[in-house]
Amino acid sequence: MSKPVVATASLAGCFGCHMSLLDIDDRILQLIELVEFNKSPIDDIKTFTKQCDIGLIEGGCCNSENVENLLNFRKNCKILISVGECAIMGGLPAMRNDIPVEECLREAYINCPTVDDNIIPNDDELPMILDKVYPCHHVVKIDYYLPGCPPRADLIWEALVALLEGRELNLPYEVVKFD
Amino acid sequence: MGTNMESTVKHVIKEYQHDKTRLLDIIRDVQSRLGHVSDESVIEIASELNVSQVDVEGVVTFYHFFSKTPVGKYAVYLNNNPTAYLMGRAAVAKAFEDEIGVSFGETTSNGQIGLFNTSCIGMNDQEPAAIINNVVFTNLTPEKVKTIVNDMNNNVSVQDMVKELGDGNNQHDLMKAMVKNNIQRKGPVYFTDQEVGIGLKRALSMKPEEVIEEIKKSNLRGRGGAGFPTGMKWEFCRQAEGDKKFMICNADEGEPGTFKDRVLLTEKPEMLFEGMAIGGYAVGAGNGVLYLRAEYMYMKSYLENVLKTLRGKNILGKNAGGKDGFNFDIKIQMGAGAYVCGEESALIESAEGKRGEPRNRPPFPVQNGFMNLPTSVNNVETYCSAPRIIVEGGEWFKKMGTAQSSGTKVLSVSGDCKKPGIYEVEFGTTIQTLLEMVEGRTAKAVQVGGPSGKCIGKKDFGKRICYDELATGGSMMIFGPDRDILDIVHNFMEFFVEESCGWCVPCRAGNVLLLNKLETIIAGNGTEKDLAELESWCKIVKSMSRCGLGQTSPNPIESTLQNFREIYESKVQKDSNYVHAFDLAEAVKASCKAAGRIPNLGAH
Repeated sequence: MSKPVVATASLAGCFGCHMSLLDIDDRILQLIELVEFNKSPIDDIKTFTKQCDIGLIEGGCCNSENVENLLNFRKNCKILISVGECAIMGGLPAMRNDIPVEECLREAYINCPTVDDNIIPNDDELPMILDKVYPCHHVVKIDYYLPGCPPRADLIWEALVALLEGRELNLPYEVVKFD
Repeated sequence: MGTNMESTVKHVIKEYQHDKTRLLDIIRDVQSRLGHVSDESVIEIASELNVSQVDVEGVVTFYHFFSKTPVGKYAVYLNNNPTAYLMGRAAVAKAFEDEIGVSFGETTSNGQIGLFNTSCIGMNDQEPAAIINNVVFTNLTPEKVKTIVNDMNNNVSVQDMVKELGDGNNQHDLMKAMVKNNIQRKGPVYFTDQEVGIGLKRALSMKPEEVIEEIKKSNLRGRGGAGFPTGMKWEFCRQAEGDKKFMICNADEGEPGTFKDRVLLTEKPEMLFEGMAIGGYAVGAGNGVLYLRAEYMYMKSYLENVLKTLRGKNILGKNAGGKDGFNFDIKIQMGAGAYVCGEESALIESAEGKRGEPRNRPPFPVQNGFMNLPTSVNNVETYCSAPRIIVEGGEWFKKMGTAQSSGTKVLSVSGDCKKPGIYEVEFGTTIQTLLEMVEGRTAKAVQVGGPSGKCIGKKDFGKRICYDELATGGSMMIFGPDRDILDIVHNFMEFFVEESCGWCVPCRAGNVLLLNKLETIIAGNGTEKDLAELESWCKIVKSMSRCGLGQTSPNPIESTLQNFREIYESKVQKDSNYVHAFDLAEAVKASCKAAGRIPNLGAH
C-alpha cells in the first residue's frame, strides 16, 4: 500500500506553525516513514503533482493569492486542517480587520514617514489585498482545527499520527493549554 | 457652558443629598437638564459624590437611556421587537429616518432630534411604538410619524403631541397616555373589585407567620417567570437576620413581549402596594421599593399619587393599616434601561445606584439583598395576588390551575392574532385554547415566555401553560404562517448580545458567537457541522453563564433547532466543499480602488 500523501502551505502566517512541525525533532524520521510529502515548503514542491490525503494550512487569507492557494488545496486534498490561530481565526494579521483597507494601505505606502514613493503598489502581478483577513473556514470547508500559536509539536504529531492510524486523539491538558 | 454644567451637577447632587445610592437618579437628572452626560459631567459627578470616575462612567455607559453624546432635544426611541416588525415597523422606521433626515443612532446637526432603536418597551399589543422624552406613542404609521416630526421641529411640547388618550386610568390627569390596556379577559384573581385595604386589614389581624402560612397554602409561585414559591421566599426573608428588611417590587418588565405588569400598574396599583405591605408585615420589613423600568416613566407621577392617597388612607405609612407599630412605606426607584435588571440581584445593584450586574449567589437576596439587608424581590403580579389570597384564602387560590401551578396567570398576548392584549387565564390552559381565545388560529409558532422562553410549533400547541410544562412570565408572541422564524430568532439573539451585562465570558462572548454562526446559516453559508456546533455552543452558554440571562439566552436557537429543525436544514449546504459566502470580487474591491488598479480575477 502506498503511503498517505501530505501537503502543507503557509498563507497569511509567519511560518511559526511550520517551525513547530519541525519541532517534532527526530520524529521527523518516523514521519518520513509514515507519509509522503507533496506540495509543501518542507520539500519545496511548488505545485501539486498528485491527489493528496491531508493538507495542513497555516495562516488565514489576506490576499487573492492566499485564496487561490487555499482553493487549490481544497481541490487536491481529501482532508484539510487549519493549523494554528491565524488559519483558525485570522490571528495577528486580522488586527487590521477593524480598519478600512484603504486606510491601512495609505498608512503603509503614503503617510508613513519613511516612504518616499507615495504610491500604493498596483502592479498587476501583485496579489490583490482582501478587505479583511479571513479565517480559512470562511473561504473553504475545513475538516479539522489544531489550535495554538503555534500548536505544539506534540499536538501536530499526535494529530497527524492519530489521523493516519484512524484513532481518536489523545491530547493531555499540557498539550492544549494556553495559559 | 462649563460653569453651567458644574452648577447643574452640583445642584442635582445637592437635591439628592450627596447620596451615592441615588446615582441613577442623579445621572438621569443631569442628562435631562444638559441633554447628555459629558466626560466633564462624569468628572464633576464623581468628585461631588466622592466616588471614582470609573464608577460613574460605568453606570452611564451601562444603561440604555443614558448617553455620553447629545441625544437631542427630542430623543426618539423606536421599539425593535419582532412584533413591531409584524405590525409595520419597517415603514415607520423609514418614515422617521426620512422625515428627520438622520439614521438610527444619530442626532440632527442642530441638536433638535435624536433617533434610536430600543428593545421592547412593553407596548407589544399596540406596535409600532416609540418613546419620546418619556412619553409613549403607540400604533404609529408613516403618516403619524410625519405629524410627530413636524411637531418636534416646531418645538411642540411632547405631551401636546399626544392627540388621543387610551382607556381606563391611562386617561388619568397625571398620566394622559395614549396607551391602551386592552384587557380582553378578566379572571377571578387580578381584575376584580376587591375593596382596597381589606386584604391588609385581614393580614394584620393575623400573626406574620400565619400570613406566610396562608401564602404557602395557596402555593403561589413567582409570576416573573422563574416560579419560586413566594411563601418560602417570604419565610426565608423573615428568618434572616437584619436590623432592617426590604420588600422590592420588580417592575422591570423587560422580557420582550411582556406588558401585563404595565396594565396591572395602570389599573391595580393599589392592590400591588397593598400586597407589598402584606409582604412587609409578613417578613418584618418596613420599607418597600418599586423598581420601575425607565420605559414606564410616564406612570411615575400617577403612581406617586396613588402612594400619597394610600398614605392618606393610612394603608401605608406610620401604623399602617391601623396596626400599632407596623410602619411601612414605599418609594419608587426608576430604572434606566437594562434588561438584565429584571434579574433580582442585578435589580438590587441597580437600585443601589450601580451597574446592574448580577451578584454571586449565595448569599441570596433574602439574606443579603438591598443595602446588604434581607430583601424579598417579587414580581408585580405576585404582590397583586397577596391581598386576594389573604381575603379568599390559600385553599381558594390553590383550587385553580394545576397541581404544581396554582391560580391564574396574566398573559400578554401579541403578534399575529385578532385580539392582542391582556388575558387572565387559569394555569393549565393549553396553547390551542389560548389561540382560539385570541383568534390566532393560523399560528405557525408561539414564543412562550419571551425570547428567554421557548418557541414552539403546532405539535406542541396541546401543551399546557404552567411552570412544569410551558413556563411563562406572561409573554406570548404569536407568529402566523408567513413569518420567517429565523428572522425572529436573529432579532432575539441581537437583543441578548445587546443586553448581556458583559460580566461573564460565556454570555458576553458566547452570545456574539451564536449570533455570528446564526448569520452564517441564514446567509446560506452554513454546513451540517455548523448546526452541530450551534447546538453544542448553546449548551456551553447555558451551563456556564452566571445569571439567568446567559442561562436562557440560547433558548431561541435551541428551541427552534428542536421544533423547526427543517428550516435550518433547508438553509445549510449538504456536501459542498466550498463555502460560497466568500466573494473574491467583493473582497478585493476596496484595495483595488485604493491602488487604482482593475481587479484581475481571472489571473488569480
